[in-house]
Amino acid sequence: MTVTNDAARTAEAAEATIPAASRAERFASYDVEAFEVPGGREENWRFTPMKRLRGLHDGSAAASGEVKVDADAAPEVRVENVARDDERLGEAGVPSDRIAAQAYSAFDSATLVTVPKDTVASAPSLIRLTGPGEGKTAYGHVQVRAEAFAQATVVLDHVGSGTYADNVEFVIGDGAQLTVLSVQDWADDAVHVSEQHLRLGRDARLKHVVVTLGGDLVRVSPTATFAGPGGDVEMLGVHFADAGQHQEHRLFVDHAVPHCKSNVLYKGALQGDGAHSVWIGDVLIRAAAEATETFELNRNLVLTEGARADSVPNLEIETGEITGAGHASATGRFDDEQLFYLQSRGIAEEQARRLVVRGFFHEILMKIDVPEVRERLEAAIEAELQAVGA
Amino acid sequence: MSSLEIKDLHAEVVTDEGNKQILKGVNLTIRSGETHAIMGPNGSGKSTLSYAIAGHPKYAVTSGEVLLDGENVLEMSVDERARAGVFLAMQYPVEVPGVSMSNFLRSAATAVRGEAPKLRHWVKEVKEEMGKLDISSEFAERSVNEGFSGGEKKRHEILQLALLKPKIAVLDETDSGLDVDALRVVSDAVNEYKANNEVGVMLITHYTRILKHIHPDFVHVFAGGRIVESGGKELADELEENGYVKYTDKAEPAKV
Repeated sequence: MTVTNDAARTAEAAEATIPAASRAERFASYDVEAFEVPGGREENWRFTPMKRLRGLHDGSAAASGEVKVDADAAPEVRVENVARDDERLGEAGVPSDRIAAQAYSAFDSATLVTVPKDTVASAPSLIRLTGPGEGKTAYGHVQVRAEAFAQATVVLDHVGSGTYADNVEFVIGDGAQLTVLSVQDWADDAVHVSEQHLRLGRDARLKHVVVTLGGDLVRVSPTATFAGPGGDVEMLGVHFADAGQHQEHRLFVDHAVPHCKSNVLYKGALQGDGAHSVWIGDVLIRAAAEATETFELNRNLVLTEGARADSVPNLEIETGEITGAGHASATGRFDDEQLFYLQSRGIAEEQARRLVVRGFFHEILMKIDVPEVRERLEAAIEAELQAVGA
Repeated sequence: MSSLEIKDLHAEVVTDEGNKQILKGVNLTIRSGETHAIMGPNGSGKSTLSYAIAGHPKYAVTSGEVLLDGENVLEMSVDERARAGVFLAMQYPVEVPGVSMSNFLRSAATAVRGEAPKLRHWVKEVKEEMGKLDISSEFAERSVNEGFSGGEKKRHEILQLALLKPKIAVLDETDSGLDVDALRVVSDAVNEYKANNEVGVMLITHYTRILKHIHPDFVHVFAGGRIVESGGKELADELEENGYVKYTDKAEPAKV
C-alpha cells in the first residue's frame, strides 16, 4: 500500500505542489562535490531565498571565522573537542543537501558531548555556540552521544552574528533517554543552516526541541532514523518570525524498522512585512516498518499583514501493517472573534492579544521541561509581542 | 440606578461582499431592575442588536445612539464598554485554546474591577458561583470554552455575569441549546443575580420557555431590524399562541 498525502496551506494561498520524488530516494553524501549547486527550483530549496545564503550553497563562502563553544555541562557529562577524523563522527547520518555536505567537508574540529553508559545526568548541560561575528563565515560540527541507558538533557544555544553552517548529530544508544533543545536566538544579521541527524537505538527515546527566534535566515533540517525497534522520537518546534526573517524547518522521519513511534508538533507565529516561515514535515514508513505509530502537526499563527507561512506535511506509507499515521497542518490569521470575546469581558486589547498568542504556544511550552529554556522562551514571546505593540 | 438608552439605532453587518443593513431604527430604554424580553423570528436582527451594543467589529453602526447613564457607548472600545458595565452573554461563546478558564476569569475580573481580586476571596467567590451553576471545579483548568458542550458554555456565560457584575446584561439566546434542567439552573442563577444587584436585563430569545423562569417586565417583538410591538407579559403568551407570522408579514410586505 502506498498512500501519499500532500497539502500546502499558506495564509496567502500558495499552490500545493507534489514532491518530485519519494523521500526514500533522497540523495545523501559526505562529499560536497557529489551535490550539484542548487539553483533554487529544486524541491528542497524552493522555499529558501538563495541569495541570502551568502554562498553557503555554491562553495563561494570560505571559512573566515570560528564559532566559539562554551560548555556548562552536568558533572557526569563529558565535553571534548575532537579532530575531524574522530571515528565516532558521522555515525548519526549522512548530509542530505549541499550545504550540510559543505559543512561536513569544511569543519576543523568537532564538539563531542558524551553522556556515559548507564549514567543519569544530574542537571541539564548547556552548550553555547556564539557565531563568528558579522561578515564572517564558519563551519561546525557537534555530536551529542547518549550511550546505552544514559539519561540527560542537553541545550544547544546559538547566539551572536555571522554566517554558520553545521551538522549536529544526536546518537542515542539502546535504551537511552535524551532531551535536546536547539535554540536559534541569533542576532538580526545571522544566517544559520543546520542539518540535524537524530539516530535512535533500540528502545531509545528522544525529545528534540527546536526553538527559532532570531536571525536573518535560519534553516534547520532535522532527520530522524531508527537503528532498532522500540524507538520513540518526539520532535517539537517553536518559531517566531519578525519582519524580513526567513525561518525554515524541514523535518524528515524515516521509519525503516518496526515498532517505532514518532510525534511531531511545530507551532509558529509570524508578524511584520516579509516574515516568512516554512515547515516541511516528511514522514516515510517503509515496508519493513510494521507497527509504526506516527503523527505530525504544524500550526501557524499569522499576526499581521505581509507575513507568510508555508506548511507542507507529507506522509508516505509503504505498509498497511501500521498502528497509526496522521498529519495535520493549519495556518490562520489572528482570530478576531477570540479578541472580541476577551475584550467583551473588559480585558484590554493588548492584553487580550497576548493571552491569545500565549495560549497558542501553551500546549508546546508545557512540553519543554527545562525551566530555564521555557522561561526564556516565554520572555522572548512577550518581547516579540511588545515589539509591534500588539 | 442605571439606564441603557438605545435611540434610532441603525447598523450594518460588514462582509467581504459589502455591507448589509440589519438594524433599521431601534428605540429602547432599559433601566436597573427591569427585564426586557426581545423576541423575534430568526434573521430579524436580534443578535445584531446585541453585537452592536457590545461593539463587535463585524457590525458597523451607521446612525443612532447607545447611551449608558448618558455616556456614549458607541465611542468606547469593546473592553471599555465591558468595564463601563455592559455585559453580553453570547449565543455562541468563543473558544480560546491554551487560556485556562481560571486565568481568563481572573484577568476579566481584574480588568472590570480595576484591581486584582484578593486571591483567597477570589477562589472562594468563584467556587461559590460555580457551585450555583452546577459547574464542576475541573473546568477552571480547562481552556476557555474549548470542547465545552453547548450547555456548559452557557453556564459559563452566566458565571461570568455573576462575577463581573454588570449594570446592563444582554443575554443573547442564553436558553438555546439548554435542556430543561440546565435551563432551570441557568435561570435561577440569573434571577439570583437580578435579586441581589441593580441590573437591567435585555433577554433576547426565540422561544417563550425561558420567560416561564425569568419573568420579563416588558416584551418587545423584533422584526425587520426594529421593535414592531411592545407590551407586557401577555404579549409573550400571544406569541406562544400565534407565532411570529403576523410580524414577519408586516416586516416583509414584499413577500405577501
